[in-house]
Amino acid sequence: MASMNMIQALNNALDITLASDPDTLIFGEDVGYFGGVFRVTDKLQEKHGLTRCFDAPISEGGIIAAAIGMGAYGLRPVVEIQFADYILPAFDQLVSEAARLRYRSNGEFWAPLTVRSPYGGGIFGGQTHSQSPEAIFAHITGLKTIIPSNPYDAKGLLISAIECDDPVVFLEPKRLYNGPFEGRPDQAMKTWAGHKDAEVPEGHYTVPLGRAAITRPGNEVTVLAYGTMVHVALSAIEESGLDAELIDLRSIVPLDIDTVTASVKKTGRCVIVHEASRFGGFGAELSALIQERCFYYLKAPIGRVCGWDTPYPHAFEWDYFPGPARIIRALNSAMEN
Amino acid sequence: MPDEKRLQLHIPKPQARPGEPVNFDGLIVPEAGSVRRPEPLGCEADMRDMPFSLVRVLDENGCAVGPWAPDISPDVLRKGLRAMLLTRLFDDKLFRLQRQGKTSFYMKSTGEEAIGAAQSLMLGQGDMCFPTYRVLSWLMARDYPLINLVHQIFSNEKDPLKGRQLPVLYSAREYGFYSLSGNLGSRFGHAVGWAMASAYKNDDKIALGYVGEGTTAEGDFHEALTFAGVYRAPAILCVTNNQWAISTFAGIANPRDTTFAAKAIGYGIPGLRVDGNDFLAVCAATQWAAERAHANLGSTLIEFFTYRAAGHSTSDDPTKYRPIDEPVHWPLGDPIVRLKAHLTVIGEWDEARHDALTAELTEAINAAVREGEAVGTLGKSKPSVAEMFEGVFKEPDWRVIEQRQELGKELGL
Repeated sequence: MASMNMIQALNNALDITLASDPDTLIFGEDVGYFGGVFRVTDKLQEKHGLTRCFDAPISEGGIIAAAIGMGAYGLRPVVEIQFADYILPAFDQLVSEAARLRYRSNGEFWAPLTVRSPYGGGIFGGQTHSQSPEAIFAHITGLKTIIPSNPYDAKGLLISAIECDDPVVFLEPKRLYNGPFEGRPDQAMKTWAGHKDAEVPEGHYTVPLGRAAITRPGNEVTVLAYGTMVHVALSAIEESGLDAELIDLRSIVPLDIDTVTASVKKTGRCVIVHEASRFGGFGAELSALIQERCFYYLKAPIGRVCGWDTPYPHAFEWDYFPGPARIIRALNSAMEN
Repeated sequence: MPDEKRLQLHIPKPQARPGEPVNFDGLIVPEAGSVRRPEPLGCEADMRDMPFSLVRVLDENGCAVGPWAPDISPDVLRKGLRAMLLTRLFDDKLFRLQRQGKTSFYMKSTGEEAIGAAQSLMLGQGDMCFPTYRVLSWLMARDYPLINLVHQIFSNEKDPLKGRQLPVLYSAREYGFYSLSGNLGSRFGHAVGWAMASAYKNDDKIALGYVGEGTTAEGDFHEALTFAGVYRAPAILCVTNNQWAISTFAGIANPRDTTFAAKAIGYGIPGLRVDGNDFLAVCAATQWAAERAHANLGSTLIEFFTYRAAGHSTSDDPTKYRPIDEPVHWPLGDPIVRLKAHLTVIGEWDEARHDALTAELTEAINAAVREGEAVGTLGKSKPSVAEMFEGVFKEPDWRVIEQRQELGKELGL
């Protein structure tokens, strides 16, 4: 065991995989010599060689297309899109090619690529370094979408994603890279040091895709969150004094529907929290699924705490960000009914 | 503002539309054999004249002339002729079946058969072709079972792709033929990635990618060429310039006075411009590019200058956007006629053999169609509907399992 921040845990997962599987290689913008703008691929080129971890042109569509071709050949490419905000030039490759290749070729070809990308706000990144695009990937049949919330899960989920024979979009909450964040920007920055989920085994292990984690068991209300919002929601729950059950989805697709429905049937109340804009966000799908499966158990309307339906605003970051105060109001509202 | 200062927006127009006389003025066709053949392992910078010429081997008499004339055995040439003729006859038959309502859609390769056939015969079994929907002749040259094509086109119970794909969007891994998609250009970068993977593994396989001339305007094309140039991917990247993208002429994808092959120059890879209706020129250019790729010198961009003699698909009527007699006036002729003439000139073919081959292939096609029809044409037979839910992921998740059950109930299964 070692204490690692999320960057170190991800780097360690990549390091282990490069060492054990010669068919794995990494490329992306600035990932080679420099080790990535967030340092996730730091020293991997130096350690494993130029062809195992190299720089790519500023061409997100080209990066994903090349990775699909490599996957069709038999490799397991892991590519980095520097910010999830910049993944859209590659959207056609993900939607029309990676996600459908296995289906349309009746299993003759498939694309076992992993697309890592830092996402989410809370870093004063403005519109182009803060977005949370998970819902648009969740809507695409044939893609898996994974979002870790701590170093332990980040490593285990990334290894699972790389070993998975389906294409995986692996979104890394960049606000959590260096420490947990409770959505209270006025408080001092925390590091991962001493956090239980920052204790990371040094060897190979996996966290299965499609399995949620119950971060905090409780009986009064279910809170569904992922990524940065797991920590914000936990902080809000603690402040509220409610006996809420917090579920960290970890995996958007495949979704652990059983854990979600079991919890909501137990509590009868549910608040969904995500950073992305509300309308058409992944919370809408969660809300619909819960309504379909738990309607007769519900004691209150399902609440959603999300980013507003505006572009991500620079100066108004903390007005936009679904912080603890907004979550507490939603929890209290769910309890009033 | 004085009128002479007013800007004018330029919208290119083709040289002839329906009702106007066919006009290929300005199309410069060099004599066969007149274009130089650079040393295949030479420096790219010394080849930048090549995109502005047109490599041709077969002259008007059917003789192979000049430095590009390849050394190819008559057996291989006959295989090429057979693949081209089979493609032509199969296309005609299946196009008619679509008109009879036996399938939803069809696309012909008429006029372009030399390209896929020649490249299929020149490349190795382990190499991978990333096709467009107009290189059926690749599969024909490798003896892909006709019945598989027919079942796929009918989307019937025996469709190798389980009814999931539009007709002609084949996939045939064992035949070096990558999964087709209706999105244009989206697999060009896959060819480059596949080739990079081969080099990464120190393998000896190379990739062949295709786009049409219209698709060179897509970002995918430029992204793929950037990667191909930067990483020296062992790939042969082809633009089949058949002059028409549905109703849009090639001048909407490229300004006058340049060529599609010339796009290679900006990416630092050799560009060849080749008579795509000249089977021997296609063979020669492919061998040249393959030699470079195998020598670790990376990709070559080849523009095959050809002509789409049929409509884009069964869904358009080409007489509505180009002169009705434009195809017969195409200055580079018909690829089948030209290869047949060559084989005849060298004493390896004659009319009787050609007629016998035509009869044999027609019967083989008819037999395959009969067999396919016996299983069922579109809508008369289809794979098990449960198959619709397979292969979304390697292992199905709860959504597809639940939805399969939901549909099963709906259908009373």
